[in-house]
Amino acid sequence: MSNSLERLIQLSSRRYGVEATTLKSEDDVFEKLGIDSFQAVELMSELEMEFDIEIPDYELQGVRTFGQLAAAIDKRR
Amino acid sequence: MPLSWTRNGEVVELALGREPCNEIGLEMLGELERFLGELDVENTAALVIHSTVRGGFSAGANLRELYEGLVSRPVGEQAPEIADFIDRIHVVMDTLDMLPMTTIGVVHGVCFGGGFELALTCDVLVAERSARFCFPELRLGILPGFGGIPRLRRDVSNAVVRDLLLTGRSINAKKAIACGLVSQMVAPGEGLTAARAVATQATKFDRDALATTKRFMKPLPRADLDLEKQHFLRLAAKPALREALHKFVNSDDLRPYLP
Repeated sequence: MSNSLERLIQLSSRRYGVEATTLKSEDDVFEKLGIDSFQAVELMSELEMEFDIEIPDYELQGVRTFGQLAAAIDKRR
Repeated sequence: MPLSWTRNGEVVELALGREPCNEIGLEMLGELERFLGELDVENTAALVIHSTVRGGFSAGANLRELYEGLVSRPVGEQAPEIADFIDRIHVVMDTLDMLPMTTIGVVHGVCFGGGFELALTCDVLVAERSARFCFPELRLGILPGFGGIPRLRRDVSNAVVRDLLLTGRSINAKKAIACGLVSQMVAPGEGLTAARAVATQATKFDRDALATTKRFMKPLPRADLDLEKQHFLRLAAKPALREALHKFVNSDDLRPYLP
């Protein structure tokens, strides 16, 4: 598991109260965490601050899984 | 009620409380007008604008209402109603912008489009760490129409304005601080407390000195506001807006603001 994916899963687990061991790379982030559109916006800010990066929204088009999101984060690190 | 306000001495707090996220349509516009009509300007040193809904400060214009208005009439016949709305919201935004008191906006979560434009009327913006700012208008075939562009340009560099407008991307509170859009960032849930402290400062100052300083430092960009209105009305009359709104209101995407 990549460092970004691991940190992403730990942050998601902490923030949304979902057991980290149940979160897999291929899982849909939004479905698995049960978050709405407003929480999705908040999650973006939290990720940017956690990784000290900026992720333009258009780079998240089509991103659904933890693995895809970790890859998008890595592109900006 | 979408809006409620309370007074504590010389400080007034305006709470935006329309679910789901303070969409600005005819109801909100009417309430803002009513608030400004009732505000005792002479006896107010500070105004705090904050949101009581979970999603954020404001998601912007009420796009469903705009879409329903557009599709209920033949193409080309909606212009007078849109122009009337734009004229009224400009009066509200300009009035808020120029109030002779310190105005403080407290932003958490979503602060998009027309909501961002409302926030930009404030003298001091306090952002909680969750705050996120965005102008997604180009995705709808329009540009911000509530006076947002001249106000944003008043505060931040043209390069950042272009990046925000021409990409439609959103930025977090840390970036907002870095580019000069926001001057204070606080922990989640601490925004109102920080804003009240700013408001208390205003009550200590000579009112003429406060109002004069504000007028001097924050002139209304009149010519650009008028120009933005013209550009908006021209673009809003085109079919692209109706098509984009159709897609938006029928989307079940969690992130419908993405292009």
